[in-house]
Amino acid sequence: MRRIMVGVKRVIDYNVRVRVKPDHTGVVTEGVKMSINPFDEIALEEALRIKERGLADEVLAVSIGITDTQQQLRTALAMGADRAILVQSDGALSPFAIATIFRNLVEREKPDLVIVGKQAIDEDNGQTAQMLAALWDRPQVVAASKMEIADGKATVTREVDTGLETLEVELPAVISVDLRLNEPRYVKLPDIMKAKKKPLDTLSLADVGITDAGAFKSVKVEPPPQRQKGVMVKDVAELVAAMKQKGFI
Amino acid sequence: MSKILVVAEHEGGKLNPSTPKCVTCASHIPGATVDVLVLAADGAAVASQAAALAGVAKVLVVNNPANDHPLAAVLAPQIARIAESYTHVFGPSTTFGKDVMPRVAALLGVSQASDIMAAESATRFQRPIYAGNALLTIDVPAGAKVVATVRVASFEAAATGGNAPIETLTLDVPLPTHTRFISRSAATSGRPDLQSASRVVSGGRGVGSADNFKIIFSLAERLGAAVGASRAAVDAGYVPNDMQVGQTGKIIAPELYMAIGISGAIQHMTGIKDARTIIAINKDGEAPIFEAADIGLVGDLFTIVPELERQLKG
Repeated sequence: MRRIMVGVKRVIDYNVRVRVKPDHTGVVTEGVKMSINPFDEIALEEALRIKERGLADEVLAVSIGITDTQQQLRTALAMGADRAILVQSDGALSPFAIATIFRNLVEREKPDLVIVGKQAIDEDNGQTAQMLAALWDRPQVVAASKMEIADGKATVTREVDTGLETLEVELPAVISVDLRLNEPRYVKLPDIMKAKKKPLDTLSLADVGITDAGAFKSVKVEPPPQRQKGVMVKDVAELVAAMKQKGFI
Repeated sequence: MSKILVVAEHEGGKLNPSTPKCVTCASHIPGATVDVLVLAADGAAVASQAAALAGVAKVLVVNNPANDHPLAAVLAPQIARIAESYTHVFGPSTTFGKDVMPRVAALLGVSQASDIMAAESATRFQRPIYAGNALLTIDVPAGAKVVATVRVASFEAAATGGNAPIETLTLDVPLPTHTRFISRSAATSGRPDLQSASRVVSGGRGVGSADNFKIIFSLAERLGAAVGASRAAVDAGYVPNDMQVGQTGKIIAPELYMAIGISGAIQHMTGIKDARTIIAINKDGEAPIFEAADIGLVGDLFTIVPELERQLKG
């Protein structure tokens, strides 16, 4: 195939302990390390492996966000993406607006396959792949843990509550990926230097047909209620007594 | 007034326990009428189970061989068509709902409210973000159709004893053929289902090997519990992925949760924080799991677990 498009979102790094702002308007992002959404990193890794097997000519990384999102796209280019597009947006966008932008990018770039993470670890919406597939009227596979491409089709195994489900979809298709699909590569220094020369284009929201961000109104953001620390028992006999008292035995 | 359509999840002629919980969530919206939609090859058995749920006004059934397996691309256009006469469409935040519901939302031209844990009104919902480290309250614009997935661990199942009428519909909706079902791994043995079990015994990296997991299975059997695992145990290959409890696995709310050899990483705690009682057994007294456990015991699990099982027998 000619092209794989990968969605890359800039999120608070997964190692950062997220704190809710005291005024309940959001979470603290000032001075916090930002990274590529880990699920998107897996999506990119999979696209690169497909290309390295000689099954695709080009891997295109796309993102939507503030100007600083260029950092994450440069990382994607350093990992091996051939070029990148940033759709610049300063404010919050709804999942439907995001999917609409992706639909527009698909129209421009005509990918044979779109791969994204199954969710972003900031808002945990998990909607982009399914919505793009709906707007594009193409197949979707959500939470892929294994993927094979051949003869214009993808055979994909996805993680479901009862185990694993395998689907066969015609390309082009949209696939969202789960943690166990692969382990993303580390970026090496020479690749970072090379990435600086790769094309990174910027588009405005108007360029991709968005006039209304459409985000839900955020009323408040609160910390979750904390569980209270309970009692420590010193041996199995005490544990059994405690379990009896609670009616479990 | 709110007219809510709940999309039923089912497999093998059985209604999934997630659906009665979606009905409860829908019933929390004042003055709501709640209908359940069953899409199946033959939905009769599932429809009668849905009709028995208290609070359900009507059950709609669409029988079509194309609905034999729940393919999102096939189900979504049918759901979107029926949703035209509803204000809200709810599905469970299970792998079934996470797959199909955003596709429905997009066909209806709206965003989805994902994983709602409380419905404060017909338009105001609370949902977890950042793996449950923050709770976001949102307002869906008035007049817009509401599409939501329901966090099943946050709601009790609707009672049975109802007797709602069942209506069979025929839809004239073009369905795609670009997606084909190949296979689904069989559900695990005779043990209780992890998602809905009232008792769960989970093992972590501390269990050390697939073979050692035998003691977890054995204790679970003694307690009539389902078996779960931390992501570390799944990633280490001790047990299959469908046993994973946590933000990226199953989010559960059992009466009893026993965490054995599990340190209690945030992503694991997100999956169990609605458990009624948490018992933790870990050799590291500083493990974060003890901060959230109702009962904690520090020690070697390979001594404690067999001894516990012996005392439970006696």
